[in-house]
Amino acid sequence: MALIELKNVVGGYGGAPILNGVDLAIAQSDIGVIVGPNGAGKSTTLKAIFGLLEVTEGEVLFDGQNIANSLPDKLVPLGLSFVPQEKNVFTSMSVNENLEMGAFVRTDDFSDTLTSVYDMFPPLKEKRHQPAGELSGGQRQMVAMGRALMSQPKLLMLDEPSAGLSPRYVLEIFEQIVKVNAAGVGILMVEQNAKQALGFASKGFVLASGQNSFTGTGKELLDDPEVAKSFLGG
Amino acid sequence: MIKRTLGLYALLVVLFAGVGFQLGAANISLLLVQSFAYALIALGLNIQWGYGGLFNFGIMGFLMVGGFAVTLVSFPVNPEFWASDGPLLLGRALLAALIGAGLIIGARFSDRIGITGRLKTVLMVISWIAAYIIYRSQIDPAAAYIEATEAGWVGGLGLHPVLGWAFGGLLAAGIAFIIGKICLGLRTDYLAIATIGISEIVRALLKNMDWLSRGTLTVSPIPWPVPLPQDYQASGVEIAQSFVYARLGFLVLVVIVLALIFFLVQRAYGGPWGRMMRAIRDNYIAAGAMGKNVTARQLEIFIFGSVLMAIGGAILVSFAQIYDPGSYQPINQTFLIWVMLIVGGAGNNWGAMFGGLLIYLAWMVSDPLAQFVFNTISTWSSDAGLGAIPDIQSRASQMRVLVLGLVITVALRYTPRGLLPEVMHRER
Amino acid sequence: MNEFIFFINNVVVSGLVLGSVYALGGIGITLVFGILRFAHFAHGDMMTMGAFVTFLLAAMLTATGIVLPIPLAIIVLPFAMLITAGLALGIDRGFYQPLRARGARPVTLLIGSIGVTLIIQGLIRLVFGTGTYSFFDEAPKVLYRVPVPLFDAQRTINFTQPQVLMVFATILVVVVLHLFLTRSKFGKAMRAMADNADLAQVSGINTKLVIRVTWIIAGSLACLAGTMLALDVTLKPDLAFNIVLPLFAAAIVGGLGQAYGAIAGGFLIGFAEVCAVFNWAILLRPFKDRFPEWFEIPNNLAIVPTEYKLTVAFVILVITLLVRPTGIFKGASS
Repeated sequence: MALIELKNVVGGYGGAPILNGVDLAIAQSDIGVIVGPNGAGKSTTLKAIFGLLEVTEGEVLFDGQNIANSLPDKLVPLGLSFVPQEKNVFTSMSVNENLEMGAFVRTDDFSDTLTSVYDMFPPLKEKRHQPAGELSGGQRQMVAMGRALMSQPKLLMLDEPSAGLSPRYVLEIFEQIVKVNAAGVGILMVEQNAKQALGFASKGFVLASGQNSFTGTGKELLDDPEVAKSFLGG
Repeated sequence: MIKRTLGLYALLVVLFAGVGFQLGAANISLLLVQSFAYALIALGLNIQWGYGGLFNFGIMGFLMVGGFAVTLVSFPVNPEFWASDGPLLLGRALLAALIGAGLIIGARFSDRIGITGRLKTVLMVISWIAAYIIYRSQIDPAAAYIEATEAGWVGGLGLHPVLGWAFGGLLAAGIAFIIGKICLGLRTDYLAIATIGISEIVRALLKNMDWLSRGTLTVSPIPWPVPLPQDYQASGVEIAQSFVYARLGFLVLVVIVLALIFFLVQRAYGGPWGRMMRAIRDNYIAAGAMGKNVTARQLEIFIFGSVLMAIGGAILVSFAQIYDPGSYQPINQTFLIWVMLIVGGAGNNWGAMFGGLLIYLAWMVSDPLAQFVFNTISTWSSDAGLGAIPDIQSRASQMRVLVLGLVITVALRYTPRGLLPEVMHRER
Repeated sequence: MNEFIFFINNVVVSGLVLGSVYALGGIGITLVFGILRFAHFAHGDMMTMGAFVTFLLAAMLTATGIVLPIPLAIIVLPFAMLITAGLALGIDRGFYQPLRARGARPVTLLIGSIGVTLIIQGLIRLVFGTGTYSFFDEAPKVLYRVPVPLFDAQRTINFTQPQVLMVFATILVVVVLHLFLTRSKFGKAMRAMADNADLAQVSGINTKLVIRVTWIIAGSLACLAGTMLALDVTLKPDLAFNIVLPLFAAAIVGGLGQAYGAIAGGFLIGFAEVCAVFNWAILLRPFKDRFPEWFEIPNNLAIVPTEYKLTVAFVILVITLLVRPTGIFKGASS
């Protein structure tokens, strides 16, 4: 069964809708990547799932439950987690405190999860007491991802995780995403870096003007000349 | 919108007429003069906030400056002061102030001769301290000397009150320039707090510089620009009538001044200057990117609005014939005017004026109204055996504060743009 | 030595007391600003409201005839704090939340809080009149005089019991707040929300609950600060309205949103005020003989005349806003 499914979702920030009927479905084993030109509504899709904007039509089903227009703090206990593109760490709080905040909704002992996050991102271990605002871009992204993983989500959503990162960090982040998925977390991400992301995506969704234009596995989309023509740059 | 404007103003006429019948012609003419003065002040705030998006919470300060200016200019000359050493001592104090200012400016530009960084900061701090000491060394004996004389202050210049109003505008422009230079870079709610702080400083200064303003001893009677009631009485008019005639005369003058200024402001608003101001207000980043000197324009707006406020403040003091720095309260002078603008409609001159007139009427009427209500309740409660309500007088005047707070809250909830909101012009 | 004791009384003790008032009040303001992102002008009147609640409770207790060695106000204070916290929640529910729901800008919320200030003041004056009340009508204030057995001093170091309690309360609040904010999960969540409200929500933090807790803390602290102030001076309807601006000065100087900043700012401004109006010439007098003959110690070496005491806070505020708007502890900026 699909972990998360969008059926004909229409929504926006209150004025004209940005999403004009988006369909999407991925399972917990998938790495789903949303690509498309600017203004297509990629980030908006993620925000619509996470209750950060108004969905006027359609359904957002998570584990069969319609979660459209729920508040974020209800969704995290259900197993969703979101890494925004910008301002995705608490700059005045230490790395460790950032991770603690990720575990806010948990009532059990989360020290095991903490250890595994540090194992996943070794550079953070020695900086655990430093304010997150003092870290480099790549390290911040690690903290952001770590924070989102602390709640042991079923579905991890990332908005342009490679934005503003140097190529080395981009590779590292993508590697971590694949590892996280292998460990059993569904991934749904938006990426500007379409070619690279589609390379390891099991499901790809191309959006344009708030609607689906192409859907398939990552490889299928990369090989499709139509997709290449429309925006991958040939 | 035009229908709405006409309708609301017609309502205003009805309200004033109704209150007039209740309170009598003499009282309503007093209320009218003050209302129009406040309408002018609200207009000033509209320029700063409605056009410029500037959050000035120091209105009280500008009113005080205007009142001070008209006092200084129109009060009769104090010959004793001019004959004494007072002017000499003040002259020395002025010299000291100039020397101090020179020191500060010199320190400011010391980077031209190569002094930078920490050393320059130290130099600046020293220059401020030195300037302060030099100024105090001259002004303290001067102040003590003047305050020891019989009149206790420098006296006025004996000129026409309307000149005093104009001087108030000028003085306010100068002060607004300084304040604007310092504060306009701050974000809105910081600007609010800074302006409150500065107006409190102004209040403290004017209240305590007895040699300049007589402070809490107050100055009166300040002359009128039109014949006084006493003048009418002297030519045989009955006392009650004399007040009405005199106040109506003053009212005519105020309305003329207001109309002139209103006309000027409306013209400016409609023209290219006004459009630029609104562009800056709505998106100052974009406006700056287009090459408009945003800071300079904002300073202009700030000064322009302050001038109007000071003239209004001067008119009020002229009318009351007494200058009492201790009587100024932030509630009465600053918050009241903000309510006028919020309720009337920011960004719309007709709205600002409407708000000024309406809210002032409500403010002045709520005291007797509250007394009436309290008295009624008191009689009822006495009859019921619970006893009368004590201190009705002072309690009723506190009602105004409560009503003002309620009006702000209700207006923010239900008519945040005001009753006569800004008219958006659509380009065809 | 007498002069030095005079200095201790008028600068050290007064500074500590004034600083404590500013610190306690400033913490509430800075917390609300950090989490709710607006300048809560009505905090001063919340302090006054809290003081009156304490007064009412103490009066009710006196009416039952109980007499205790410590002022009744202290006994009823915890209850008064609870009530004031509840009132603060109600005020938010009724006045600020509707504005927030409509996406009001900080400026609009500031104006709204001014409306609340006026309503609270109006109501207090309506109910209690404009006169002054005292907590010490039944039992007088306890005054401590500490003799100083040095250098034939005749003066004593004086302070009152309420003043001791106030400094004590401030220290207690500081410690408790520190532990809360750095050790407890909820305290950290509050810091997270002050840091980045959107991310806090995305992390699953119940932002509505954090807001409620903020008002509970702000309301309780306001009651504490207001009652302490009333115990030190007198209780009247505009008790705290006059110090709203110095409170903002304390919060801004320390760095808006930083609790420690408010404490530092509070004491800084408190001491600045008392130092500025103190006549430093008095301290020079014992050394009169050490100065050469032609040097006459000036009569008055106060930096500013006493009438300008409150002005000192404003001047510090304006200077801070210009030179370093983020304050000492780098809070929110322009």
